[in-house]
Amino acid sequence: MAGQFEALPGGGAAVALDEVEISILRSFAVQLMELIGPGDEPVEGEDPLAALFAEGPSEPPSDPALRRLFPDAYGDDTDELRQAAADFRRYTENDLRARKRDDALSVVRSLDALASAAAGEGGGVLKLTADESRAWLGALNDLRLTIGTRLEVTDDDESEALYRLPDDDPRKPMVMAYLWLGGLQESLVETLMP
Amino acid sequence: MSVAPIEIERTESAEEVSAVVEPDVPWVTIVHNDPVNLMSYVTYVFQAYFGYSKDKAHKLMLDVHNKGRAVVSSGTREEMERDVQAMHGYGLWATLSQDRG
Repeated sequence: MAGQFEALPGGGAAVALDEVEISILRSFAVQLMELIGPGDEPVEGEDPLAALFAEGPSEPPSDPALRRLFPDAYGDDTDELRQAAADFRRYTENDLRARKRDDALSVVRSLDALASAAAGEGGGVLKLTADESRAWLGALNDLRLTIGTRLEVTDDDESEALYRLPDDDPRKPMVMAYLWLGGLQESLVETLMP
Repeated sequence: MSVAPIEIERTESAEEVSAVVEPDVPWVTIVHNDPVNLMSYVTYVFQAYFGYSKDKAHKLMLDVHNKGRAVVSSGTREEMERDVQAMHGYGLWATLSQDRG
């Protein structure tokens, strides 16, 4: 069953990937890491410990995809709520960015390990531990949120139209990738269901 | 939320399990509907993070999907900030608010 995760006995999951799929997934994960950004890593020459105490941003990101990955924690009906959202963001966003970067990095590492093990064979079977599966699940979801925002997936009805684009529509390749990632994520969720 | 093409509709028991909101606890975590997150994934998150039963997690997921939002937990403001942060970690769109109702 190509493109579908299956549960491994004793925990974890496995999926067969060909070299093109490995390359596309890796490229997406790297782009996700670049989008999320390096975070507040210390500037060269500065005290690296300072990063531990650095505060995050208080304003939402301007990029719509990043705004979806890092939403406001409070509504914006009053000044008090807007202030609470800004405070929350300042104390949590850096951690959240680091966690999402780690998930994407885990995807890159397992794909690189698979690519070198399966060199010259055109692909191979990716095997993930339960921990790696959870990192993959997070990264696949973040990728779908990002691509979904870029494609302006809005509600279920409009998504249906998006899935039936003519072949010459410039959005078609991204929609195909979005659906493929959805299938991967859906099958991975199934392997993790308690 | 979106249903992936390979999604197979499962029949769930009709047991109604609502989020229990204690009247004396003033803060709640609300999860909002979005067009991207998979229904199965949202159900998984409610089970994995909150430890809810499959039935309760599924019911809450359907509330989010059908009503646009659902209260998924309640407690102190600090507890709800923790829950909202966790939901954002999972990629769910969540906010906390004071439950004046």
